[in-house]
Amino acid sequence: MEWIQQLINGISLGSIYALIALGYTMVYGIIKLINFAHGDVFMVGSFIGFYSITVFGLGFFPALILSMAACALFGVIIERIAYKRLRNATRIAALITAIGVSLFIEYGVIYIRGAQPEAYPDVFSNRSFEFLGAHISIQSILILSVSVVLMILLQFIVHKTKTGKAMRAVSHDTEAAKLMGINVDNTISATFAIGSALAGAAGVIFGVYYTKIDPLMGVIPGVKAFVAAVLGGIGIIPGAMVGGLVLGVVETFVSALGFSLWRDAAAFVILILILIFRPSGIFGKNTREKV
Amino acid sequence: MKTKKFASLFLATSLLAGILAGCSSGDEGSSKGGDTIKIGANLELSGAVASYGSSEAEAIDLAVEEINAAGGINGKKIELIKVDNKSDAAEATSAAIKLTSQDKVTAIIGAATSGNSVAQVQIATDNKTPMISPSGTSTTVTVGEDGKVNPFTFRTAFIDPFQGTVAANFAANTLKVKNVAVFADNASDYAKGLASSFIKDFEAAGGKIVAKESYVAKDTDFRSTLTRIKAANPDFIFIPGYYEEVGLIVKQARELGITVPLMGADGWDSPTIVDLAGAAALNNTYIITAYSSEDPDGLAKSFAEKFKAKYGKDPNSFSALGYDTVYLLKDAIERADSLDGTKIRDAIEATDNLELVTGLYSVDENHHPIKSATIIEFVDGNQVFKTKVNP
Repeated sequence: MEWIQQLINGISLGSIYALIALGYTMVYGIIKLINFAHGDVFMVGSFIGFYSITVFGLGFFPALILSMAACALFGVIIERIAYKRLRNATRIAALITAIGVSLFIEYGVIYIRGAQPEAYPDVFSNRSFEFLGAHISIQSILILSVSVVLMILLQFIVHKTKTGKAMRAVSHDTEAAKLMGINVDNTISATFAIGSALAGAAGVIFGVYYTKIDPLMGVIPGVKAFVAAVLGGIGIIPGAMVGGLVLGVVETFVSALGFSLWRDAAAFVILILILIFRPSGIFGKNTREKV
Repeated sequence: MKTKKFASLFLATSLLAGILAGCSSGDEGSSKGGDTIKIGANLELSGAVASYGSSEAEAIDLAVEEINAAGGINGKKIELIKVDNKSDAAEATSAAIKLTSQDKVTAIIGAATSGNSVAQVQIATDNKTPMISPSGTSTTVTVGEDGKVNPFTFRTAFIDPFQGTVAANFAANTLKVKNVAVFADNASDYAKGLASSFIKDFEAAGGKIVAKESYVAKDTDFRSTLTRIKAANPDFIFIPGYYEEVGLIVKQARELGITVPLMGADGWDSPTIVDLAGAAALNNTYIITAYSSEDPDGLAKSFAEKFKAKYGKDPNSFSALGYDTVYLLKDAIERADSLDGTKIRDAIEATDNLELVTGLYSVDENHHPIKSATIIEFVDGNQVFKTKVNP
């Protein structure tokens, strides 16, 4: 029974990692940029959700949608200002810019509202029910379903819509896509918008589930989501989902076995192992890089 | 590398202090013979822990006003010189140098935190200026690394291990629990010290520790460890740590169906904990503090009323400790009947059952106070005075 509870704990944590990892993976898949500012978009999303609940008195779903919309816009702005002109620069230049953007957002938020943490208001009743001896709160069920719905929606966008088709084409070969008349700039913006919206949603969900939010909250989940994306195969959307869930469950079980101080280490051990033995990730094919 | 740099900085500043003190010793008599008693307050008025320092500063102002209105100490008015150490150890050292060499204060109150208090120990010792930290709870404030007592430093608050003992006695004798789990912050010496003294004393009282788990500050997910603790079936959980994590632990524990009493120490004492955990989840939890504004004791009650009249809010335990520190000093200066640092030091060392807002105060051979602790229970988000525990 303890193990069922632990599995539930792990899946809840993992679905948050997965939502953030999706954004990482999408951006990497298209412009080969590891967007280190992604975790901070997650943080901004969390704060937008917080203020829309406390200041504007919105409910959970309106706050979630508002936060996703604002983050989508924010992601596009970041891309247009910081990354667009670096599209033909070296990868390391883009990476360093991403780190700079990340710090800029973190300390910008601290400048605006201070570094003190904020407690998310209780938007759901704290009721829970017993299932095979495990306590499951209504909250975690809702959170899990929201995550799953968003992931399914993303799969639909990528595979069934025109934008999704364009995204896949640009990711496959930017030059050829351009020759076929695809507007590459708009496609990249759309990718940032969708990825950032997912990060924003993850931020609100995180806030509701874990209560405490602060301007540096994006750092660790951001890095963990990166590990999840690499674990699943960076650039592959189902990989990010599976990677996130696997990472969440592994971390939880490391604590469950009594090694709670090693849980963060576990994530990085996974990263190192995957880079040594299967650098393309669980879902990756072993293709040689194009020269 | 870093420690070396720090050590050399420290050496340089203390050397400088020595030189400055040497230069100024000539006119010492004249400055200390005036009609006022200069007392320095070296406090965290800005920076990371500004809320501690400013709470103390308010109460210190209140105490000084009262004493001066009542005729001062032995007929001399107190002149308070406040210095902001910006919550930084290096700033605390230079503030102490300024107070001792430039202002030539009789005694120093501060700093609020242990680290910043330790940073001025050497200056206090070199200048033979008594220093009292209102709320520095680490043993290192009054006892050096080598185990020797710093001759001129004192404290008003009880030390960390004492809180562990109080919690253990409360659990064993008042709540009468047998099987206990400890869930401690592994990233802070404060929490580790509390956990080890709790375990030692609780086991000595015949209790059993059924689970001992740790977390690291800044964690947000405690559910898996809590699930593990729940499986061990404790009837009480001791959680030494700071409110930022503890708030989440309490909330997540209740969500997982852990209904047993939870207890912590003064690290829980922040209004934020109610927002983080939720008022309902905090029911059936206890904390140790130096002071409760609901304490029915006469002195504590009148302090709370005076503080509220002046500042329009309830005092917290930092305010109470700051206020007490001024009276502790007043009592010692009166008994010493002199402004000589060594004589005042001897008088503080001889303090015996002095009545203060935070309880009766005596000093032991390590310059730690022997005083009572207050236990508070959270009821629907409010702190309710539960009991006072004597050492």
